[in-house]
Amino acid sequence: MGVHRGRGFAAINYPIGMNLGGDPSQALVHSNPDGKFTVALSSIDLGQGMKSVTRQIAAETLGVPVADVYVDTADSDTGPHCMGSFASRGTHRVGNAVIQAAQEARAVMLEAAAEELEVNAADLVTDGQGNIHVNGAPSRSITTMAACQAAQFKQGRTVSGRGIFLIPLSEVDAETGEMTPVSCFAHAALLVEIDVDDETGEVTVRDMQSAYELGRALNPKLVEQQLVGGAWMGMSHALWETTEPYYPDRNHGPVDFNHYLMPGPGDISPHHISVLERPAPDGPYGGKGPGEMCANPVLPAVANAVYDAVGVRIDELPITPEKILRGIRANGGVKPRQRLARGAR
Amino acid sequence: MARTPIVFMLNGSERASFADPGQNLLEFLRRGVGDLSPKYGCGQGTCGACTVTIDGETQLSCLTLAESVAGKHVQTAAGLAAGATLHPLQEAFMENFAAQCGYCTPGMLISAKALLDRNPTPTREDVVEAISGNICRCTGYEPIIEAILAAAKGRARA
Repeated sequence: MGVHRGRGFAAINYPIGMNLGGDPSQALVHSNPDGKFTVALSSIDLGQGMKSVTRQIAAETLGVPVADVYVDTADSDTGPHCMGSFASRGTHRVGNAVIQAAQEARAVMLEAAAEELEVNAADLVTDGQGNIHVNGAPSRSITTMAACQAAQFKQGRTVSGRGIFLIPLSEVDAETGEMTPVSCFAHAALLVEIDVDDETGEVTVRDMQSAYELGRALNPKLVEQQLVGGAWMGMSHALWETTEPYYPDRNHGPVDFNHYLMPGPGDISPHHISVLERPAPDGPYGGKGPGEMCANPVLPAVANAVYDAVGVRIDELPITPEKILRGIRANGGVKPRQRLARGAR
Repeated sequence: MARTPIVFMLNGSERASFADPGQNLLEFLRRGVGDLSPKYGCGQGTCGACTVTIDGETQLSCLTLAESVAGKHVQTAAGLAAGATLHPLQEAFMENFAAQCGYCTPGMLISAKALLDRNPTPTREDVVEAISGNICRCTGYEPIIEAILAAAKGRARA
Protein backbone atom coordinates (compact mmCIF):
# COMPACT_ATOMS: atom_id res chain seq x y z
CA MET A 1 0.00 0.00 0.00
CA GLY A 2 1.22 3.43 -0.75
CA VAL A 3 1.43 6.37 -3.10
CA HIS A 4 2.26 5.78 -6.74
CA ARG A 5 3.67 8.38 -9.09
CA GLY A 6 2.35 8.40 -12.64
CA ARG A 7 2.87 10.44 -15.78
CA GLY A 8 0.40 10.95 -18.57
CA PHE A 9 0.64 12.63 -21.94
CA ALA A 10 -1.90 13.88 -24.43
CA ALA A 11 -1.70 15.86 -27.64
CA ILE A 12 -4.59 17.40 -29.51
CA ASN A 13 -5.57 19.11 -32.73
CA TYR A 14 -8.28 21.60 -32.01
CA PRO A 15 -10.51 23.05 -34.73
CA ILE A 16 -11.17 26.77 -34.33
CA GLY A 17 -14.87 27.55 -34.50
CA MET A 18 -17.74 25.47 -35.81
CA ASN A 19 -17.08 23.28 -38.79
CA LEU A 20 -18.47 22.84 -42.29
CA GLY A 21 -19.22 26.46 -43.12
CA GLY A 22 -21.21 29.33 -41.74
CA ASP A 23 -20.37 30.31 -38.16
CA PRO A 24 -20.75 34.06 -38.79
CA SER A 25 -20.00 36.98 -36.54
CA GLN A 26 -20.61 40.64 -37.25
CA ALA A 27 -19.00 43.81 -36.00
CA LEU A 28 -19.92 47.47 -36.36
CA VAL A 29 -17.38 50.24 -35.84
CA HIS A 30 -18.10 53.96 -35.69
CA SER A 31 -16.39 57.08 -34.50
CA ASN A 32 -17.94 59.27 -31.87
CA PRO A 33 -17.89 63.07 -32.10
CA ASP A 34 -14.82 63.13 -29.84
CA GLY A 35 -12.86 61.14 -32.42
CA LYS A 36 -12.85 57.98 -30.37
CA PHE A 37 -14.23 54.74 -31.75
CA THR A 38 -16.86 52.31 -30.56
CA VAL A 39 -16.84 48.69 -31.65
CA ALA A 40 -20.30 47.16 -31.25
CA LEU A 41 -20.37 43.39 -30.82
CA SER A 42 -22.77 40.81 -29.46
CA SER A 43 -19.84 38.57 -28.65
CA ILE A 44 -19.59 38.08 -24.92
CA ASP A 45 -16.48 38.51 -22.82
CA LEU A 46 -16.91 35.95 -20.06
CA GLY A 47 -13.45 36.50 -18.67
CA GLN A 48 -11.42 35.16 -21.56
CA GLY A 49 -10.49 38.61 -22.82
CA MET A 50 -12.73 39.15 -25.85
CA LYS A 51 -13.06 42.87 -25.18
CA SER A 52 -9.32 43.38 -24.80
CA VAL A 53 -8.39 41.44 -27.92
CA THR A 54 -11.04 42.97 -30.18
CA ARG A 55 -10.05 46.39 -28.86
CA GLN A 56 -6.44 45.76 -29.82
CA ILE A 57 -7.47 44.47 -33.25
CA ALA A 58 -9.70 47.48 -33.91
CA ALA A 59 -7.03 49.96 -32.80
CA GLU A 60 -4.39 48.27 -34.95
CA THR A 61 -6.61 48.29 -38.03
CA LEU A 62 -7.94 51.81 -37.55
CA GLY A 63 -4.46 53.12 -36.83
CA VAL A 64 -5.49 54.79 -33.59
CA PRO A 65 -4.32 54.32 -29.98
CA VAL A 66 -5.88 51.46 -28.03
CA ALA A 67 -7.09 54.04 -25.53
CA ASP A 68 -9.25 55.58 -28.28
CA VAL A 69 -11.28 52.41 -28.81
CA TYR A 70 -14.20 51.27 -26.70
CA VAL A 71 -15.70 47.83 -27.21
CA ASP A 72 -19.40 47.61 -26.43
CA THR A 73 -20.74 44.09 -25.93
CA ALA A 74 -23.62 45.25 -23.82
CA ASP A 75 -26.66 44.03 -25.68
CA SER A 76 -27.06 41.07 -28.01
CA ASP A 77 -30.63 42.19 -28.81
CA THR A 78 -29.58 45.46 -30.38
CA GLY A 79 -25.98 44.68 -31.34
CA PRO A 80 -24.81 43.08 -34.58
CA HIS A 81 -25.27 39.34 -34.73
CA CYS A 82 -22.76 36.88 -33.30
CA MET A 83 -23.02 33.11 -32.98
CA GLY A 84 -21.56 33.32 -29.48
CA SER A 85 -18.53 32.81 -27.29
CA PHE A 86 -17.85 29.09 -27.68
CA ALA A 87 -15.97 26.63 -29.90
CA SER A 88 -12.81 28.69 -29.42
CA ARG A 89 -14.12 30.94 -32.15
CA GLY A 90 -14.02 34.39 -30.56
CA THR A 91 -10.60 35.74 -31.49
CA HIS A 92 -10.68 34.21 -34.96
CA ARG A 93 -14.25 34.86 -36.13
CA VAL A 94 -14.97 38.09 -34.29
CA GLY A 95 -11.45 39.39 -34.79
CA ASN A 96 -11.78 38.99 -38.55
CA ALA A 97 -15.16 40.75 -38.52
CA VAL A 98 -13.66 43.61 -36.51
CA ILE A 99 -10.82 43.97 -39.02
CA GLN A 100 -13.29 44.24 -41.90
CA ALA A 101 -15.42 46.80 -40.08
CA ALA A 102 -12.42 48.82 -38.94
CA GLN A 103 -10.97 48.87 -42.46
CA GLU A 104 -14.17 50.38 -43.80
CA ALA A 105 -14.30 52.97 -41.01
CA ARG A 106 -10.63 53.78 -41.50
CA ALA A 107 -11.20 54.41 -45.19
CA VAL A 108 -13.91 56.98 -44.41
CA MET A 109 -11.71 58.58 -41.76
CA LEU A 110 -8.89 58.94 -44.29
CA GLU A 111 -11.28 60.39 -46.89
CA ALA A 112 -12.40 62.96 -44.33
CA ALA A 113 -8.79 63.75 -43.49
CA ALA A 114 -7.92 63.98 -47.19
CA GLU A 115 -10.66 66.52 -47.75
CA GLU A 116 -9.38 68.64 -44.86
CA LEU A 117 -5.75 68.41 -45.96
CA GLU A 118 -6.65 68.77 -49.65
CA VAL A 119 -4.68 65.69 -50.62
CA ASN A 120 -5.44 62.25 -52.00
CA ALA A 121 -6.62 59.79 -49.34
CA ALA A 122 -4.32 57.15 -50.82
CA ASP A 123 -1.34 59.25 -49.76
CA LEU A 124 -2.33 59.31 -46.09
CA VAL A 125 -0.95 57.18 -43.28
CA THR A 126 -1.74 56.91 -39.58
CA ASP A 127 0.89 56.90 -36.85
CA GLY A 128 -1.10 54.94 -34.29
CA GLN A 129 -0.76 57.89 -31.92
CA GLY A 130 -3.89 59.71 -33.05
CA ASN A 131 -2.47 61.49 -36.10
CA ILE A 132 -3.00 61.18 -39.83
CA HIS A 133 -0.34 62.62 -42.10
CA VAL A 134 0.77 62.68 -45.70
CA ASN A 135 3.15 59.82 -46.33
CA GLY A 136 6.65 61.25 -46.36
CA ALA A 137 5.50 64.65 -45.14
CA PRO A 138 4.70 64.33 -41.42
CA SER A 139 4.16 68.08 -41.07
CA ARG A 140 1.05 67.90 -43.25
CA SER A 141 -1.09 66.25 -40.65
CA ILE A 142 -4.43 66.24 -38.91
CA THR A 143 -5.45 64.46 -35.74
CA THR A 144 -7.85 61.54 -36.00
CA MET A 145 -10.14 63.50 -33.71
CA ALA A 146 -10.13 66.54 -36.04
CA ALA A 147 -10.74 64.30 -39.06
CA CYS A 148 -13.67 62.57 -37.36
CA GLN A 149 -15.09 65.88 -36.20
CA ALA A 150 -14.81 67.33 -39.71
CA ALA A 151 -16.68 64.28 -41.01
CA GLN A 152 -19.34 64.68 -38.36
CA PHE A 153 -19.91 68.43 -38.31
CA LYS A 154 -18.67 69.71 -41.66
CA GLN A 155 -18.63 67.04 -44.34
CA GLY A 156 -21.64 65.01 -43.27
CA ARG A 157 -19.89 61.64 -43.42
CA THR A 158 -20.34 58.73 -41.05
CA VAL A 159 -16.96 57.39 -40.06
CA SER A 160 -18.20 53.85 -39.69
CA GLY A 161 -17.73 50.37 -40.97
CA ARG A 162 -19.46 47.03 -41.18
CA GLY A 163 -17.75 43.69 -40.83
CA ILE A 164 -18.74 40.07 -41.03
CA PHE A 165 -16.75 36.86 -41.07
CA LEU A 166 -18.35 33.83 -42.61
CA ILE A 167 -16.77 30.51 -43.47
CA PRO A 168 -17.94 29.37 -46.91
CA LEU A 169 -19.75 26.05 -46.97
CA SER A 170 -17.34 23.24 -47.72
CA GLU A 171 -18.49 21.25 -50.74
CA VAL A 172 -18.22 17.48 -50.53
CA ASP A 173 -16.28 15.85 -53.34
CA ALA A 174 -18.74 13.36 -54.86
CA GLU A 175 -15.97 10.94 -55.78
CA THR A 176 -13.92 10.85 -52.61
CA GLY A 177 -16.20 12.32 -49.97
CA GLU A 178 -13.38 14.72 -49.17
CA MET A 179 -14.21 18.09 -47.73
CA THR A 180 -12.60 20.87 -45.69
CA PRO A 181 -14.38 20.78 -42.38
CA VAL A 182 -12.43 23.52 -40.70
CA SER A 183 -10.29 26.46 -41.80
CA CYS A 184 -7.68 26.35 -39.07
CA PHE A 185 -6.49 24.16 -36.25
CA ALA A 186 -4.70 24.93 -33.02
CA HIS A 187 -2.52 22.35 -31.30
CA ALA A 188 -1.47 21.38 -27.81
CA ALA A 189 0.51 18.81 -25.90
CA LEU A 190 0.41 18.32 -22.17
CA LEU A 191 2.30 16.18 -19.69
CA VAL A 192 0.92 15.71 -16.21
CA GLU A 193 2.48 14.11 -13.18
CA ILE A 194 0.26 12.80 -10.41
CA ASP A 195 0.35 10.74 -7.25
CA VAL A 196 -2.31 8.09 -6.66
CA ASP A 197 -2.96 6.87 -3.13
CA ASP A 198 -3.93 3.23 -3.42
CA GLU A 199 -5.66 3.23 -0.01
CA THR A 200 -7.94 6.22 -0.57
CA GLY A 201 -7.96 6.34 -4.36
CA GLU A 202 -7.17 10.03 -4.19
CA VAL A 203 -5.19 11.73 -6.93
CA THR A 204 -2.80 14.58 -6.17
CA VAL A 205 -1.60 16.63 -9.13
CA ARG A 206 2.14 17.34 -8.85
CA ASP A 207 3.10 19.09 -12.03
CA MET A 208 1.90 20.06 -15.48
CA GLN A 209 3.96 20.89 -18.53
CA SER A 210 2.32 22.00 -21.70
CA ALA A 211 2.99 23.45 -25.12
CA TYR A 212 0.40 25.32 -27.15
CA GLU A 213 0.39 26.40 -30.77
CA LEU A 214 -2.37 28.95 -31.19
CA GLY A 215 -1.36 31.23 -34.00
CA ARG A 216 0.00 34.59 -32.95
CA ALA A 217 -0.57 35.38 -29.30
CA LEU A 218 -2.30 38.72 -29.81
CA ASN A 219 -2.13 39.41 -26.08
CA PRO A 220 0.46 37.10 -24.51
CA LYS A 221 -0.60 37.79 -20.91
CA LEU A 222 -4.23 37.03 -21.68
CA VAL A 223 -3.16 33.84 -23.45
CA GLU A 224 -1.15 32.81 -20.43
CA GLN A 225 -3.92 33.50 -17.94
CA GLN A 226 -6.41 31.61 -20.08
CA LEU A 227 -4.09 28.62 -20.34
CA VAL A 228 -3.31 28.63 -16.61
CA GLY A 229 -6.94 28.93 -15.56
CA GLY A 230 -8.36 26.71 -18.27
CA ALA A 231 -6.04 23.84 -17.39
CA TRP A 232 -7.68 23.72 -13.98
CA MET A 233 -11.11 23.71 -15.52
CA GLY A 234 -9.94 20.66 -17.44
CA MET A 235 -8.46 19.16 -14.30
CA SER A 236 -11.72 19.79 -12.49
CA HIS A 237 -13.54 17.95 -15.26
CA ALA A 238 -11.00 15.11 -15.13
CA LEU A 239 -10.90 14.52 -11.38
CA TRP A 240 -13.67 16.35 -9.54
CA GLU A 241 -16.82 17.60 -11.16
CA THR A 242 -19.76 15.26 -11.33
CA THR A 243 -23.35 14.93 -10.31
CA GLU A 244 -22.58 11.22 -9.89
CA PRO A 245 -22.23 8.98 -8.06
CA TYR A 246 -24.81 9.73 -5.45
CA TYR A 247 -26.83 7.05 -3.80
CA PRO A 248 -29.32 5.58 -4.00
CA ASP A 249 -30.56 7.70 -6.90
CA ARG A 250 -30.09 11.02 -8.64
CA ASN A 251 -32.43 12.79 -6.27
CA HIS A 252 -29.57 12.65 -3.81
CA GLY A 253 -27.17 14.24 -6.26
CA PRO A 254 -25.24 17.39 -5.47
CA VAL A 255 -27.03 20.69 -5.78
CA ASP A 256 -24.49 23.03 -4.22
CA PHE A 257 -20.80 23.74 -3.79
CA ASN A 258 -20.67 21.57 -0.67
CA HIS A 259 -21.24 18.46 -2.73
CA TYR A 260 -20.37 19.42 -6.29
CA LEU A 261 -16.63 19.28 -5.95
CA MET A 262 -13.99 21.39 -7.65
CA PRO A 263 -10.29 21.88 -6.98
CA GLY A 264 -9.49 24.66 -4.54
CA PRO A 265 -6.36 26.77 -4.20
CA GLY A 266 -4.73 24.00 -2.16
CA ASP A 267 -5.16 21.43 -4.93
CA ILE A 268 -3.27 23.15 -7.72
CA SER A 269 0.23 22.34 -8.95
CA PRO A 270 2.88 24.21 -10.89
CA HIS A 271 2.11 24.47 -14.60
CA HIS A 272 4.91 25.23 -17.04
CA ILE A 273 3.61 26.56 -20.33
CA SER A 274 5.32 27.09 -23.65
CA VAL A 275 3.50 29.03 -26.35
CA LEU A 276 4.58 28.42 -29.91
CA GLU A 277 3.54 31.27 -32.18
CA ARG A 278 2.85 30.38 -35.79
CA PRO A 279 0.58 33.05 -37.29
CA ALA A 280 -2.47 31.55 -38.98
CA PRO A 281 -2.99 32.69 -42.60
CA ASP A 282 -6.70 33.37 -42.12
CA GLY A 283 -6.50 34.54 -38.50
CA PRO A 284 -6.83 38.18 -37.45
CA TYR A 285 -3.17 39.30 -37.36
CA GLY A 286 -2.40 35.59 -37.31
CA GLY A 287 -4.31 34.79 -34.13
CA LYS A 288 -6.32 31.64 -33.49
CA GLY A 289 -6.81 31.78 -29.74
CA PRO A 290 -6.52 29.27 -26.89
CA GLY A 291 -10.24 28.80 -26.22
CA GLU A 292 -11.45 25.42 -25.07
CA MET A 293 -8.12 23.91 -25.94
CA CYS A 294 -6.75 25.14 -22.63
CA ALA A 295 -8.82 22.48 -20.87
CA ASN A 296 -9.00 19.66 -23.40
CA PRO A 297 -5.60 17.91 -23.23
CA VAL A 298 -5.73 17.71 -19.44
CA LEU A 299 -8.43 15.04 -19.39
CA PRO A 300 -6.76 12.31 -21.47
CA ALA A 301 -3.38 13.14 -19.93
CA VAL A 302 -4.75 12.54 -16.43
CA ALA A 303 -6.44 9.29 -17.50
CA ASN A 304 -3.11 8.15 -18.92
CA ALA A 305 -1.28 9.20 -15.77
CA VAL A 306 -3.63 7.16 -13.59
CA TYR A 307 -3.01 4.15 -15.83
CA ASP A 308 0.71 4.80 -15.59
CA ALA A 309 0.58 5.03 -11.81
CA VAL A 310 -1.62 2.12 -10.80
CA GLY A 311 -2.47 0.27 -14.00
CA VAL A 312 -6.15 1.16 -13.94
CA ARG A 313 -7.61 2.26 -17.27
CA ILE A 314 -10.59 4.50 -16.53
CA ASP A 315 -12.77 5.55 -19.46
CA GLU A 316 -15.52 7.45 -17.70
CA LEU A 317 -15.09 10.93 -16.30
CA PRO A 318 -14.47 12.13 -13.75
CA ILE A 319 -11.79 9.83 -12.40
CA THR A 320 -13.06 9.60 -8.85
CA PRO A 321 -11.34 7.81 -5.98
CA GLU A 322 -14.14 5.26 -6.06
CA LYS A 323 -13.46 4.34 -9.69
CA ILE A 324 -9.74 4.03 -9.02
CA LEU A 325 -10.26 1.77 -5.99
CA ARG A 326 -12.74 -0.41 -7.88
CA GLY A 327 -10.26 -0.64 -10.74
CA ILE A 328 -7.41 -1.63 -8.43
CA ARG A 329 -9.60 -4.29 -6.87
CA ALA A 330 -10.68 -5.62 -10.28
CA ASN A 331 -7.02 -5.84 -11.31
CA GLY A 332 -6.16 -7.78 -8.19
CA GLY A 333 -3.97 -4.99 -6.86
CA VAL A 334 -1.90 -2.04 -7.98
CA LYS A 335 -0.07 -2.67 -11.22
CA PRO A 336 2.12 0.27 -12.10
CA ARG A 337 3.52 0.07 -15.56
CA GLN A 338 6.92 -1.60 -15.78
CA ARG A 339 8.73 1.59 -16.60
CA LEU A 340 7.79 2.93 -13.22
CA ALA A 341 8.63 -0.26 -11.38
CA ARG A 342 12.21 0.11 -12.57
CA GLY A 343 12.31 3.47 -10.84
CA ALA A 344 12.82 5.45 -14.02
CA ARG A 345 12.58 8.67 -12.06
CA MET B 1 -43.23 43.59 10.36
CA ALA B 2 -41.26 46.57 11.44
CA ARG B 3 -38.01 47.30 9.73
CA THR B 4 -35.04 47.81 11.96
CA PRO B 5 -32.85 50.90 11.71
CA ILE B 6 -29.19 49.91 11.68
CA VAL B 7 -26.32 52.27 12.26
CA PHE B 8 -22.90 50.90 11.49
CA MET B 9 -19.52 51.81 10.03
CA LEU B 10 -19.03 50.90 6.36
CA ASN B 11 -15.49 51.29 5.06
CA GLY B 12 -14.73 53.91 7.68
CA SER B 13 -17.87 56.03 7.31
CA GLU B 14 -20.96 55.91 9.46
CA ARG B 15 -23.97 54.59 7.55
CA ALA B 16 -27.57 54.03 8.48
CA SER B 17 -30.30 52.09 6.74
CA PHE B 18 -33.32 49.93 7.46
CA ALA B 19 -33.14 46.16 7.47
CA ASP B 20 -36.08 43.86 6.89
CA PRO B 21 -36.68 41.29 9.60
CA GLY B 22 -34.29 38.42 9.08
CA GLN B 23 -32.53 40.15 6.19
CA ASN B 24 -29.01 38.97 5.63
CA LEU B 25 -26.09 41.37 5.51
CA LEU B 26 -25.42 40.75 1.82
CA GLU B 27 -28.91 41.85 0.77
CA PHE B 28 -28.79 44.70 3.26
CA LEU B 29 -25.51 45.99 1.83
CA ARG B 30 -26.55 45.58 -1.80
CA ARG B 31 -30.18 46.69 -1.69
CA GLY B 32 -30.40 48.78 1.46
CA VAL B 33 -27.05 50.55 1.51
CA GLY B 34 -26.21 50.33 -2.20
CA ASP B 35 -22.75 48.76 -1.90
CA LEU B 36 -22.73 46.31 -4.80
CA SER B 37 -19.18 45.06 -4.29
CA PRO B 38 -20.07 41.96 -2.24
CA LYS B 39 -21.44 39.45 -4.76
CA TYR B 40 -24.24 36.93 -4.46
CA GLY B 41 -22.83 33.59 -5.53
CA CYS B 42 -24.49 30.68 -3.75
CA GLY B 43 -26.36 32.34 -0.88
CA GLN B 44 -25.43 29.54 1.49
CA GLY B 45 -21.88 30.23 2.53
CA THR B 46 -19.97 27.95 0.19
CA CYS B 47 -18.54 30.22 -2.52
CA GLY B 48 -17.03 33.21 -0.70
CA ALA B 49 -18.13 35.82 -3.25
CA CYS B 50 -19.93 37.78 -0.52
CA THR B 51 -16.98 37.89 1.89
CA VAL B 52 -16.71 41.05 4.02
CA THR B 53 -14.93 41.80 7.25
CA ILE B 54 -16.80 42.63 10.43
CA ASP B 55 -14.54 44.24 13.01
CA GLY B 56 -11.59 42.87 11.03
CA GLU B 57 -12.75 39.26 10.86
CA THR B 58 -13.79 37.75 7.55
CA GLN B 59 -17.44 36.80 7.47
CA LEU B 60 -19.80 35.54 4.80
CA SER B 61 -22.34 38.30 4.50
CA CYS B 62 -24.99 35.95 3.09
CA LEU B 63 -24.96 34.03 6.37
CA THR B 64 -24.84 37.08 8.63
CA LEU B 65 -27.95 38.76 9.98
CA ALA B 66 -27.94 42.40 8.98
CA GLU B 67 -29.03 43.42 12.47
CA SER B 68 -25.89 41.91 13.96
CA VAL B 69 -23.62 44.57 12.45
CA ALA B 70 -25.19 47.46 14.37
CA GLY B 71 -22.35 49.53 15.81
CA LYS B 72 -19.71 47.41 14.12
CA HIS B 73 -17.13 48.08 11.41
CA VAL B 74 -17.87 46.44 8.08
CA GLN B 75 -15.36 46.46 5.26
CA THR B 76 -16.09 45.62 1.64
CA ALA B 77 -14.02 45.70 -1.53
CA ALA B 78 -15.64 49.04 -2.40
CA GLY B 79 -13.65 50.61 0.42
CA LEU B 80 -10.22 49.41 -0.69
CA ALA B 81 -9.36 52.15 -3.17
CA ALA B 82 -8.75 55.68 -1.87
CA GLY B 83 -10.37 57.81 -4.54
CA ALA B 84 -8.55 57.09 -7.78
CA THR B 85 -5.69 55.37 -5.95
CA LEU B 86 -6.08 51.63 -5.93
CA HIS B 87 -5.19 49.55 -2.89
CA PRO B 88 -1.87 47.70 -3.30
CA LEU B 89 -3.81 44.43 -3.41
CA GLN B 90 -5.94 45.74 -6.27
CA GLU B 91 -2.77 46.85 -8.08
CA ALA B 92 -1.26 43.43 -7.52
CA PHE B 93 -4.37 41.67 -8.81
CA MET B 94 -4.17 43.84 -11.92
CA GLU B 95 -0.45 43.30 -12.45
CA ASN B 96 -0.75 39.55 -12.01
CA PHE B 97 -3.88 39.11 -14.13
CA ALA B 98 -5.66 37.68 -11.10
CA ALA B 99 -9.15 38.50 -12.37
CA GLN B 100 -10.87 37.12 -15.42
CA CYS B 101 -14.66 37.31 -15.18
CA GLY B 102 -14.18 39.18 -11.90
CA TYR B 103 -17.09 37.77 -9.96
CA CYS B 104 -14.98 36.23 -7.18
CA THR B 105 -12.59 39.17 -7.05
CA PRO B 106 -14.24 41.33 -4.35
CA GLY B 107 -14.41 38.35 -2.00
CA MET B 108 -10.84 37.35 -2.84
CA LEU B 109 -9.62 40.89 -2.16
CA ILE B 110 -11.31 40.99 1.24
CA SER B 111 -10.00 37.57 2.25
CA ALA B 112 -6.54 38.68 1.14
CA LYS B 113 -6.74 41.99 2.98
CA ALA B 114 -7.83 40.28 6.18
CA LEU B 115 -4.85 37.95 5.84
CA LEU B 116 -2.32 40.71 5.23
CA ASP B 117 -3.77 42.79 8.08
CA ARG B 118 -3.03 40.04 10.56
CA ASN B 119 0.00 38.53 8.81
CA PRO B 120 1.97 40.95 6.62
CA THR B 121 4.48 38.28 5.58
CA PRO B 122 2.42 35.23 4.70
CA THR B 123 3.81 32.05 3.19
CA ARG B 124 2.22 30.54 0.10
CA GLU B 125 0.45 28.07 2.41
CA ASP B 126 -0.94 30.94 4.48
CA VAL B 127 -2.33 32.53 1.31
CA VAL B 128 -3.85 29.27 0.12
CA GLU B 129 -5.48 28.79 3.52
CA ALA B 130 -6.79 32.37 3.56
CA ILE B 131 -8.56 32.07 0.19
CA SER B 132 -9.63 28.45 0.57
CA GLY B 133 -13.19 29.59 1.21
CA ASN B 134 -13.35 31.57 -2.02
CA ILE B 135 -14.20 29.72 -5.21
CA CYS B 136 -12.74 30.93 -8.50
CA ARG B 137 -13.79 29.34 -11.78
CA CYS B 138 -11.54 31.19 -14.19
CA THR B 139 -8.01 31.67 -12.95
CA GLY B 140 -6.93 28.33 -11.54
CA TYR B 141 -6.02 30.30 -8.39
CA GLU B 142 -2.33 30.58 -9.24
CA PRO B 143 -2.45 34.22 -10.42
CA ILE B 144 -4.46 35.13 -7.31
CA ILE B 145 -1.95 33.47 -4.99
CA GLU B 146 0.88 35.21 -6.87
CA ALA B 147 -0.89 38.56 -6.61
CA ILE B 148 -1.39 38.30 -2.86
CA LEU B 149 2.22 37.25 -2.31
CA ALA B 150 3.35 40.12 -4.55
CA ALA B 151 1.27 42.62 -2.61
CA ALA B 152 2.73 41.26 0.63
CA LYS B 153 6.23 41.77 -0.71
CA GLY B 154 5.37 45.24 -1.97
CA ARG B 155 6.40 44.24 -5.46
CA ALA B 156 3.20 45.48 -7.05
CA ARG B 157 3.39 48.68 -9.04
CA ALA B 158 2.75 51.41 -6.50
